[in-house]
Amino acid sequence: MRLRPAPLVGLALGVGLLLSLARIALSESDPALAPYSVGTEKSGFLYASPQTRAIQTDDFNNPGFLAVDRGKTLWNTVAGTQGKSCASCHNAAETSMKGVGAAYPEVDAKTGKLVDIEERINLERARMGAPAFAWESDDLLAMTTYVKLQSRGMPVKVATTGPAHAYWLAGKHFYEARRGQLDMSCEQCHGQNNNNNLRTETLSQGQINGFPTYRLSWQGMGSAQRRFRECNQQIRAEPLAFGSDDYNALELYLASRGDGLPVETPSVRK
Amino acid sequence: MPFETPHARLLVPATAKKGDVVTIKTLISHPMDSGFAKDSTGKIVPREIINTFTCSYNGKQILKMGLQPAISSNPFIAFDVKVDQSGTFDFTWVDDNGQTYKDSATITVS
Repeated sequence: MRLRPAPLVGLALGVGLLLSLARIALSESDPALAPYSVGTEKSGFLYASPQTRAIQTDDFNNPGFLAVDRGKTLWNTVAGTQGKSCASCHNAAETSMKGVGAAYPEVDAKTGKLVDIEERINLERARMGAPAFAWESDDLLAMTTYVKLQSRGMPVKVATTGPAHAYWLAGKHFYEARRGQLDMSCEQCHGQNNNNNLRTETLSQGQINGFPTYRLSWQGMGSAQRRFRECNQQIRAEPLAFGSDDYNALELYLASRGDGLPVETPSVRK
Repeated sequence: MPFETPHARLLVPATAKKGDVVTIKTLISHPMDSGFAKDSTGKIVPREIINTFTCSYNGKQILKMGLQPAISSNPFIAFDVKVDQSGTFDFTWVDDNGQTYKDSATITVS
């Protein structure tokens, strides 16, 4: 009988492990880890403990697949006044959604507004005459996870020129601007100090190629923007609303910063 | 709605040779509220966990397990079984709220 350890036990084990694995360079000679870095970009996977990686790479052990199952059911569930499901128009997600998740956020051609994949799903639901899924609801996370899973392994490639360029610049500005009572920017931890320890934690590059992710500390799935809110709270800045222009722009900038990293959805992190 | 009850995932090999030891994995979606945590308004979230898991093989109970509040959400349970004949594994998860969730899988032993 084997059980996944409870978070507190995991934390106690993790503290011991982090002291010995403070730098990820130690494990980079392993060829199985090669796909998780492109040039100097490193996925958060490389900063995770081998035990956490093992949960992610086994599609049964990975609890993110509970969201995938739910997303698949939703994909085929008729909703809204048009009497249609996603599958009515898009057929099998395995083919129609391949590569879609790797290219978001993108600028919506109709409105000229930058939308991430969660917002795209809700725009589609509006066209179906169905109520929008709430931000961070199980349903929206499940659908996002299911759509992004179809791009798993494909390189992240977002458009940063043309109509997206202004958003990209805004995201870069947000990333580099100091904020909060600690007066810190994203860049100071995830750029200048990535791979250094902050107390017991090794700072990652803050790549978002694995979102939505199953975080063991959340005991569930969460979007990139949930992580932004948590990061902002940690530097004692007021978190912004889900889907705000600044967070969407930041999501675009971070995706471009991890250009070429494989989509890992659903990733598992501690 | 399709998600009123927790959703179980099972991994049971479809076939095995007589006398093989096979690994069975189960995962079920469940918040496993420990009864110690508070919600955003400061109120205690009442305890609601899956407290018992059982597995029967061809009607005979082969595993019964008690679960405690320290076990994380979406409990993952894996164990090994020696199989001598074809049959059905029946799994049950008993919730604090009195509900029982069931699922089953068959294996062909040659």
